[in-house]
Amino acid sequence: MIPLSWYIMLSAALFTIGVVGVLSRRNIFIILMSIELMLNAANINLVAFSHYLQSLTGQIFTIFVITVAAAEAAVALAIIILLSRNRGSVYADEFNILKG
Amino acid sequence: MIHQIIFLYFATVILVSALLMITRRNPIHSVLFMLLLFFHIAGLFVLLNAEFLAAVQLIVYAGAILILYLFVVMLLNVDQERQSVRANRFWPWVAAFGVLIAGEILLLISRSTFPGDAGKTMATPGAGVMELGQALYTQYLVPFEIASVILLVGLIGAVMLAKKAVKE
Repeated sequence: MIPLSWYIMLSAALFTIGVVGVLSRRNIFIILMSIELMLNAANINLVAFSHYLQSLTGQIFTIFVITVAAAEAAVALAIIILLSRNRGSVYADEFNILKG
Repeated sequence: MIHQIIFLYFATVILVSALLMITRRNPIHSVLFMLLLFFHIAGLFVLLNAEFLAAVQLIVYAGAILILYLFVVMLLNVDQERQSVRANRFWPWVAAFGVLIAGEILLLISRSTFPGDAGKTMATPGAGVMELGQALYTQYLVPFEIASVILLVGLIGAVMLAKKAVKE
């Protein structure tokens, strides 16, 4: 059988890739997708622990995470459309209107 | 043994497509790699005896959220991406930081023991969809209702944000 630690290692690696994507990319789409990547890493963790601890709580929380991710994606994409309509760009480092 | 081979296949594809996802220049390619990643995560859920969540992963993540991303990427002009730089100027530092953090987490995990390492399978076959529904509607009723309110707020917020301002 697969040890639980393999799932946790995979989830940690996936989460780190997501963090690097959020911190290093300029395009807002990739930043948002990296956030989804981190949520998926957390989901893998939750489902793996739910399987190995014989409890359904992890799966229920995964359903809530997916729900919140759907709502977040809808609002964030609306904000991106608004930003690109007002500022004409989808690059995170060009939104510096608040910079003194 | 066969389980471990299947897991290693899924893990390899997930990590490779995640790396390709954050490095591609064209956002549409990134979305397609994300699709591949979601399919393989659904495969992992099947391996973990959570078939219902695998279906939810495919229908909601791959079918709804990712298509929404694809629509918006195609609505906005992405041609300028081809000429401009992909990453901000800190990216080597960020990548080194990521390798450091991942190494630290992997070291910590490899040195610890987990109680469930015996590898038992879930007692109820079929991931217990009935048990899942019962728990969702009894024990977790309040979070369930709050999640529905969050979805409503997301719906109204997206419509309010993205609509054009109406001239009086």
